[in-house]
Amino acid sequence: MSKWHFVTDGFVKNNPTFVLVLGMCPTLATTTSAINGLEMGLATMFVLILSNIVISLIAPKVPDKVRIPVYITVIATFVTVLQLLMQAYTPAAYETLGLFIPLIVVNCIVLGRAEGFANKHGVGESALDGIGVGLGFTASLTVIGLVREILGSGSAFGWKFISGDGILAFVMAPGAFLVLGFLMVLFNKYLAKK
Amino acid sequence: MMAAASTLKNMVLCLTLVCLICAAVVGVAYAVTKEPIDAAAQAKTTASIARVLPESDATPQEGSVRVGGTDYKYYKVDGAGYAIISTTSGFGGLLSLMVGVAEDGTVHNTTVLSHSETPGLGAKCTTDGNFISQFQGFNPAEKTLAVKKDGGDLDAITASTITSRAYALAVSNAVDVFHQLKQGGQDDE
Repeated sequence: MSKWHFVTDGFVKNNPTFVLVLGMCPTLATTTSAINGLEMGLATMFVLILSNIVISLIAPKVPDKVRIPVYITVIATFVTVLQLLMQAYTPAAYETLGLFIPLIVVNCIVLGRAEGFANKHGVGESALDGIGVGLGFTASLTVIGLVREILGSGSAFGWKFISGDGILAFVMAPGAFLVLGFLMVLFNKYLAKK
Repeated sequence: MMAAASTLKNMVLCLTLVCLICAAVVGVAYAVTKEPIDAAAQAKTTASIARVLPESDATPQEGSVRVGGTDYKYYKVDGAGYAIISTTSGFGGLLSLMVGVAEDGTVHNTTVLSHSETPGLGAKCTTDGNFISQFQGFNPAEKTLAVKKDGGDLDAITASTITSRAYALAVSNAVDVFHQLKQGGQDDE
Protein backbone atom coordinates (compact mmCIF):
# COMPACT_ATOMS: atom_id res chain seq x y z
CA MET A 1 0.00 0.00 0.00
CA SER A 2 1.25 3.42 -0.86
CA LYS A 3 2.36 5.68 1.97
CA TRP A 4 0.79 8.67 0.31
CA HIS A 5 -2.30 8.33 2.52
CA PHE A 6 -0.24 9.38 5.56
CA VAL A 7 0.02 12.81 4.00
CA THR A 8 -3.59 13.09 2.79
CA ASP A 9 -4.94 11.76 6.11
CA GLY A 10 -3.32 14.63 7.96
CA PHE A 11 -4.72 17.03 5.42
CA VAL A 12 -8.33 15.82 5.29
CA LYS A 13 -9.43 13.00 7.62
CA ASN A 14 -7.22 14.13 10.52
CA ASN A 15 -7.23 17.82 9.69
CA PRO A 16 -5.92 19.33 12.94
CA THR A 17 -8.09 22.42 12.85
CA PHE A 18 -11.46 21.40 11.41
CA VAL A 19 -11.64 17.74 12.49
CA LEU A 20 -9.39 17.23 15.52
CA VAL A 21 -10.00 20.83 16.70
CA LEU A 22 -6.51 21.07 18.22
CA GLY A 23 -4.16 24.02 18.53
CA MET A 24 -6.98 26.52 18.83
CA CYS A 25 -4.89 29.20 20.55
CA PRO A 26 -2.66 30.06 17.56
CA THR A 27 -5.54 29.28 15.18
CA LEU A 28 -7.76 31.95 16.69
CA ALA A 29 -5.05 34.45 17.59
CA THR A 30 -2.74 34.65 14.58
CA THR A 31 -5.17 34.30 11.66
CA THR A 32 -5.85 38.02 11.34
CA SER A 33 -4.49 37.93 7.80
CA ALA A 34 -3.67 35.23 5.27
CA ILE A 35 0.07 35.90 5.50
CA ASN A 36 0.08 35.67 9.31
CA GLY A 37 -1.83 32.39 9.15
CA LEU A 38 0.55 31.02 6.54
CA GLU A 39 3.67 31.98 8.52
CA MET A 40 2.28 30.50 11.72
CA GLY A 41 1.34 27.30 9.89
CA LEU A 42 4.78 26.92 8.34
CA ALA A 43 6.51 27.55 11.66
CA THR A 44 4.38 24.86 13.31
CA MET A 45 5.00 22.47 10.40
CA PHE A 46 8.77 22.87 10.81
CA VAL A 47 8.56 21.83 14.47
CA LEU A 48 6.01 19.10 13.75
CA ILE A 49 8.08 17.33 11.08
CA LEU A 50 11.36 17.46 13.04
CA SER A 51 9.81 16.44 16.37
CA ASN A 52 7.90 13.58 14.68
CA ILE A 53 11.14 12.30 13.12
CA VAL A 54 13.20 12.51 16.32
CA ILE A 55 10.47 11.10 18.56
CA SER A 56 9.82 8.15 16.26
CA LEU A 57 13.58 7.41 16.47
CA ILE A 58 13.96 7.65 20.22
CA ALA A 59 10.53 6.37 21.32
CA PRO A 60 11.54 2.67 21.49
CA LYS A 61 14.32 3.52 23.95
CA VAL A 62 12.44 5.89 26.24
CA PRO A 63 11.02 4.44 29.48
CA ASP A 64 7.25 4.78 29.47
CA LYS A 65 6.90 6.88 32.60
CA VAL A 66 9.14 9.74 31.40
CA ARG A 67 8.05 9.81 27.77
CA ILE A 68 6.00 13.03 28.04
CA PRO A 69 8.85 15.09 29.61
CA VAL A 70 11.21 13.71 26.98
CA TYR A 71 8.86 14.62 24.12
CA ILE A 72 8.28 18.10 25.50
CA THR A 73 12.05 18.63 25.84
CA VAL A 74 12.57 17.58 22.22
CA ILE A 75 9.74 19.82 21.03
CA ALA A 76 10.96 22.78 23.09
CA THR A 77 14.44 22.37 21.61
CA PHE A 78 13.14 22.59 18.06
CA VAL A 79 10.95 25.57 18.93
CA THR A 80 13.95 27.40 20.43
CA VAL A 81 16.05 26.62 17.35
CA LEU A 82 13.20 27.86 15.15
CA GLN A 83 12.91 31.02 17.23
CA LEU A 84 16.64 31.76 16.87
CA LEU A 85 16.57 31.04 13.14
CA MET A 86 13.57 33.29 12.57
CA GLN A 87 15.15 36.08 14.63
CA ALA A 88 18.29 35.83 12.51
CA TYR A 89 16.91 35.37 9.02
CA THR A 90 13.25 36.47 8.99
CA PRO A 91 13.10 39.19 11.68
CA ALA A 92 9.95 40.71 10.17
CA ALA A 93 7.96 37.47 10.46
CA TYR A 94 9.36 36.91 13.93
CA GLU A 95 8.11 40.29 15.05
CA THR A 96 4.63 39.77 13.61
CA LEU A 97 4.08 36.40 15.25
CA GLY A 98 5.80 37.47 18.47
CA LEU A 99 4.95 35.32 21.44
CA PHE A 100 3.06 32.71 19.44
CA ILE A 101 6.34 31.17 18.26
CA PRO A 102 7.47 30.06 21.75
CA LEU A 103 3.88 28.94 22.36
CA ILE A 104 4.29 26.22 19.71
CA VAL A 105 5.87 24.18 22.53
CA VAL A 106 2.46 23.74 24.15
CA ASN A 107 0.57 23.32 20.89
CA CYS A 108 -1.58 20.21 21.32
CA ILE A 109 -1.06 19.21 17.69
CA VAL A 110 2.68 18.74 18.09
CA LEU A 111 2.48 16.72 21.32
CA GLY A 112 -0.66 15.00 20.03
CA ARG A 113 1.12 13.69 16.94
CA ALA A 114 4.16 12.68 19.00
CA GLU A 115 2.04 10.74 21.48
CA GLY A 116 -0.63 9.52 19.07
CA PHE A 117 1.41 8.68 16.00
CA ALA A 118 5.17 9.14 15.99
CA ASN A 119 5.90 6.88 18.96
CA LYS A 120 4.07 3.98 17.30
CA HIS A 121 5.36 4.37 13.75
CA GLY A 122 8.65 4.36 11.83
CA VAL A 123 10.70 7.38 10.82
CA GLY A 124 9.45 7.63 7.24
CA GLU A 125 5.80 7.34 8.17
CA SER A 126 6.19 9.86 11.01
CA ALA A 127 7.88 12.35 8.69
CA LEU A 128 5.04 11.96 6.17
CA ASP A 129 2.48 12.36 8.95
CA GLY A 130 4.27 15.53 10.07
CA ILE A 131 4.16 16.89 6.54
CA GLY A 132 0.47 15.98 6.16
CA VAL A 133 -0.72 17.39 9.47
CA GLY A 134 1.60 20.40 9.05
CA LEU A 135 0.19 21.13 5.60
CA GLY A 136 -3.34 20.63 6.93
CA PHE A 137 -2.69 23.10 9.74
CA THR A 138 -1.00 25.59 7.39
CA ALA A 139 -3.80 25.40 4.83
CA SER A 140 -6.50 25.75 7.51
CA LEU A 141 -4.81 28.78 9.08
CA THR A 142 -4.25 30.39 5.70
CA VAL A 143 -7.91 29.90 4.70
CA ILE A 144 -9.19 31.25 8.03
CA GLY A 145 -6.75 34.16 7.74
CA LEU A 146 -7.78 34.83 4.16
CA VAL A 147 -11.51 34.90 4.96
CA ARG A 148 -10.93 37.17 7.97
CA GLU A 149 -8.63 39.45 5.97
CA ILE A 150 -11.10 39.75 3.07
CA LEU A 151 -14.06 40.51 5.37
CA GLY A 152 -12.16 42.48 8.00
CA SER A 153 -9.55 44.48 6.10
CA GLY A 154 -10.77 44.28 2.50
CA SER A 155 -7.53 42.77 1.30
CA ALA A 156 -6.11 39.38 0.33
CA PHE A 157 -2.48 38.42 1.09
CA GLY A 158 -1.79 42.09 1.76
CA TRP A 159 -3.25 43.16 -1.59
CA LYS A 160 -5.95 45.73 -0.83
CA PHE A 161 -9.03 45.80 -3.04
CA ILE A 162 -11.22 48.24 -1.10
CA SER A 163 -10.09 51.45 0.51
CA GLY A 164 -10.53 51.89 4.23
CA ASP A 165 -11.45 49.19 6.71
CA GLY A 166 -13.74 46.22 6.26
CA ILE A 167 -15.96 44.71 8.93
CA LEU A 168 -13.47 45.15 11.76
CA ALA A 169 -15.13 42.55 13.98
CA PHE A 170 -13.64 39.89 11.71
CA VAL A 171 -10.09 40.96 12.50
CA MET A 172 -10.88 40.87 16.20
CA ALA A 173 -11.54 37.85 18.41
CA PRO A 174 -15.27 37.39 17.67
CA GLY A 175 -14.51 37.13 13.96
CA ALA A 176 -12.04 34.34 14.63
CA PHE A 177 -14.72 32.23 16.33
CA LEU A 178 -17.33 32.99 13.66
CA VAL A 179 -15.07 32.18 10.72
CA LEU A 180 -13.68 29.06 12.39
CA GLY A 181 -17.20 27.82 13.20
CA PHE A 182 -18.59 28.32 9.72
CA LEU A 183 -15.54 26.82 8.01
CA MET A 184 -15.75 23.82 10.37
CA VAL A 185 -19.37 23.25 9.37
CA LEU A 186 -18.55 23.46 5.67
CA PHE A 187 -15.54 21.16 6.02
CA ASN A 188 -17.44 18.50 7.95
CA LYS A 189 -20.39 18.67 5.59
CA TYR A 190 -18.00 17.99 2.74
CA LEU A 191 -16.44 15.08 4.67
CA ALA A 192 -19.84 13.57 5.49
CA LYS A 193 -20.83 13.59 1.83
CA LYS A 194 -17.80 11.57 0.79
CA MET B 1 9.09 -2.46 19.84
CA MET B 2 9.56 -2.64 23.56
CA ALA B 3 10.20 0.44 25.66
CA ALA B 4 12.96 0.27 28.27
CA ALA B 5 11.65 -0.61 31.71
CA SER B 6 10.64 2.36 33.85
CA THR B 7 13.23 1.82 36.54
CA LEU B 8 14.59 4.84 38.37
CA LYS B 9 18.01 4.32 36.82
CA ASN B 10 16.62 4.15 33.29
CA MET B 11 14.43 7.20 33.75
CA VAL B 12 17.19 9.35 35.22
CA LEU B 13 19.63 8.20 32.55
CA CYS B 14 17.18 8.83 29.73
CA LEU B 15 16.12 12.31 30.89
CA THR B 16 19.72 13.37 31.58
CA LEU B 17 20.85 12.20 28.17
CA VAL B 18 17.95 13.85 26.34
CA CYS B 19 18.46 17.13 28.21
CA LEU B 20 22.20 17.12 27.51
CA ILE B 21 21.68 16.54 23.80
CA CYS B 22 18.92 19.15 23.58
CA ALA B 23 21.03 21.71 25.45
CA ALA B 24 23.90 21.05 23.05
CA VAL B 25 21.62 21.51 20.04
CA VAL B 26 20.25 24.80 21.39
CA GLY B 27 23.80 25.92 22.23
CA VAL B 28 24.98 25.26 18.68
CA ALA B 29 21.95 27.01 17.22
CA TYR B 30 22.61 30.02 19.47
CA ALA B 31 26.27 30.19 18.45
CA VAL B 32 25.42 29.90 14.76
CA THR B 33 22.64 32.50 14.82
CA LYS B 34 24.24 34.98 17.24
CA GLU B 35 26.13 36.86 14.55
CA PRO B 36 23.22 37.20 12.09
CA ILE B 37 20.89 38.23 14.94
CA ASP B 38 23.33 40.92 16.12
CA ALA B 39 23.93 42.04 12.55
CA ALA B 40 20.17 42.26 11.95
CA ALA B 41 19.74 44.28 15.16
CA GLN B 42 22.66 46.59 14.25
CA ALA B 43 21.37 47.12 10.72
CA LYS B 44 17.97 47.89 12.19
CA THR B 45 19.39 50.51 14.57
CA THR B 46 21.30 52.25 11.78
CA ALA B 47 18.27 52.16 9.49
CA SER B 48 16.02 53.40 12.31
CA ILE B 49 18.27 56.39 13.04
CA ALA B 50 18.32 57.23 9.35
CA ARG B 51 14.54 57.05 9.28
CA VAL B 52 13.75 59.20 12.29
CA LEU B 53 16.28 62.02 11.81
CA PRO B 54 17.09 64.35 8.92
CA GLU B 55 19.95 63.18 6.74
CA SER B 56 23.37 63.81 8.24
CA ASP B 57 26.94 62.70 7.68
CA ALA B 58 27.76 62.75 11.37
CA THR B 59 28.26 59.43 13.15
CA PRO B 60 25.60 58.76 15.77
CA GLN B 61 26.99 58.93 19.31
CA GLU B 62 25.43 56.57 21.78
CA GLY B 63 24.50 57.78 25.24
CA SER B 64 22.05 57.28 28.02
CA VAL B 65 20.25 59.59 30.38
CA ARG B 66 17.98 59.21 33.40
CA VAL B 67 14.66 61.05 33.27
CA GLY B 68 11.87 60.53 35.79
CA GLY B 69 13.47 57.41 37.21
CA THR B 70 13.85 55.66 33.85
CA ASP B 71 17.00 55.23 31.81
CA TYR B 72 16.72 56.24 28.18
CA LYS B 73 19.20 55.25 25.53
CA TYR B 74 19.72 57.80 22.80
CA TYR B 75 21.84 58.49 19.75
CA LYS B 76 23.04 62.03 19.18
CA VAL B 77 23.60 62.99 15.57
CA ASP B 78 25.37 66.34 15.27
CA GLY B 79 23.38 68.87 13.29
CA ALA B 80 20.35 66.61 13.03
CA GLY B 81 19.11 66.02 16.54
CA TYR B 82 18.54 63.12 18.90
CA ALA B 83 17.18 59.64 18.19
CA ILE B 84 15.72 58.58 21.53
CA ILE B 85 14.65 55.04 22.39
CA SER B 86 11.48 55.23 24.44
CA THR B 87 9.59 52.24 25.82
CA THR B 88 6.08 52.09 27.26
CA SER B 89 3.56 49.36 28.00
CA GLY B 90 1.31 48.59 25.06
CA PHE B 91 -1.59 46.19 24.88
CA GLY B 92 0.38 42.97 24.61
CA GLY B 93 3.65 43.93 26.26
CA LEU B 94 6.39 46.50 25.90
CA LEU B 95 6.22 48.90 23.00
CA SER B 96 9.63 50.27 22.10
CA LEU B 97 9.97 53.25 19.78
CA MET B 98 12.78 55.29 18.36
CA VAL B 99 11.78 58.93 18.29
CA GLY B 100 13.75 61.47 16.30
CA VAL B 101 13.64 64.93 17.84
CA ALA B 102 15.18 67.66 15.71
CA GLU B 103 17.29 70.43 17.23
CA ASP B 104 14.30 72.83 17.27
CA GLY B 105 12.30 70.47 19.50
CA THR B 106 9.86 69.15 16.89
CA VAL B 107 9.40 65.43 16.32
CA HIS B 108 10.97 64.57 12.99
CA ASN B 109 9.77 60.99 12.67
CA THR B 110 9.13 57.89 14.76
CA THR B 111 9.64 54.20 14.19
CA VAL B 112 8.75 51.06 16.14
CA LEU B 113 11.73 49.01 17.31
CA SER B 114 9.84 46.16 18.96
CA HIS B 115 6.33 45.45 20.10
CA SER B 116 4.04 42.61 21.17
CA GLU B 117 0.80 44.10 19.92
CA THR B 118 -2.00 42.00 18.44
CA PRO B 119 -1.32 41.08 14.81
CA GLY B 120 -3.73 42.94 12.55
CA LEU B 121 -4.82 45.35 15.27
CA GLY B 122 -2.29 47.14 17.48
CA ALA B 123 0.50 45.82 15.28
CA LYS B 124 -0.81 48.28 12.69
CA CYS B 125 1.15 50.97 14.56
CA THR B 126 4.07 49.85 12.38
CA THR B 127 2.21 50.13 9.06
CA ASP B 128 -0.79 52.46 9.41
CA GLY B 129 0.33 55.50 7.43
CA ASN B 130 -2.49 57.71 8.72
CA PHE B 131 -1.41 57.11 12.29
CA ILE B 132 2.37 57.31 11.85
CA SER B 133 2.34 60.43 9.68
CA GLN B 134 0.66 62.40 12.49
CA PHE B 135 3.97 62.40 14.36
CA GLN B 136 6.06 63.67 11.48
CA GLY B 137 6.89 67.30 12.12
CA PHE B 138 4.75 67.27 15.27
CA ASN B 139 5.44 70.35 17.35
CA PRO B 140 4.83 69.56 21.03
CA ALA B 141 4.88 73.27 21.83
CA GLU B 142 1.68 73.83 19.80
CA LYS B 143 -0.20 70.56 20.08
CA THR B 144 -0.77 67.90 22.75
CA LEU B 145 0.80 64.48 22.42
CA ALA B 146 -2.22 62.34 23.35
CA VAL B 147 -5.08 60.63 21.52
CA LYS B 148 -8.30 62.60 21.01
CA LYS B 149 -10.14 60.42 23.55
CA ASP B 150 -7.73 61.80 26.16
CA GLY B 151 -8.07 65.37 24.97
CA GLY B 152 -5.02 65.36 22.72
CA ASP B 153 -4.53 66.02 19.02
CA LEU B 154 -3.88 62.53 17.67
CA ASP B 155 -6.24 60.13 15.90
CA ALA B 156 -5.95 56.66 17.41
CA ILE B 157 -5.63 53.50 15.32
CA THR B 158 -9.13 52.04 14.90
CA ALA B 159 -9.87 49.48 17.62
CA SER B 160 -6.40 49.92 19.13
CA THR B 161 -6.73 52.81 21.54
CA ILE B 162 -4.41 51.24 24.12
CA THR B 163 -1.62 50.82 21.58
CA SER B 164 -2.17 54.37 20.31
CA ARG B 165 -2.03 55.71 23.86
CA ALA B 166 1.19 53.85 24.56
CA TYR B 167 2.66 55.18 21.31
CA ALA B 168 1.71 58.76 22.14
CA LEU B 169 3.10 58.40 25.66
CA ALA B 170 6.39 57.01 24.34
CA VAL B 171 6.77 59.98 21.98
CA SER B 172 5.82 62.39 24.73
CA ASN B 173 8.43 60.83 27.07
CA ALA B 174 11.03 61.12 24.35
CA VAL B 175 10.29 64.83 24.03
CA ASP B 176 10.83 65.19 27.79
CA VAL B 177 14.14 63.38 27.43
CA PHE B 178 15.10 65.75 24.64
CA HIS B 179 14.44 68.79 26.83
CA GLN B 180 16.45 67.24 29.64
CA LEU B 181 19.34 66.59 27.25
CA LYS B 182 19.17 70.14 25.95
CA GLN B 183 19.17 71.57 29.45
CA GLY B 184 22.01 69.28 30.50
CA GLY B 185 24.01 70.43 27.49
CA GLN B 186 23.54 74.09 28.39
CA ASP B 187 24.58 73.45 31.98
CA ASP B 188 27.84 72.01 30.77
CA GLU B 189 28.69 74.99 28.64
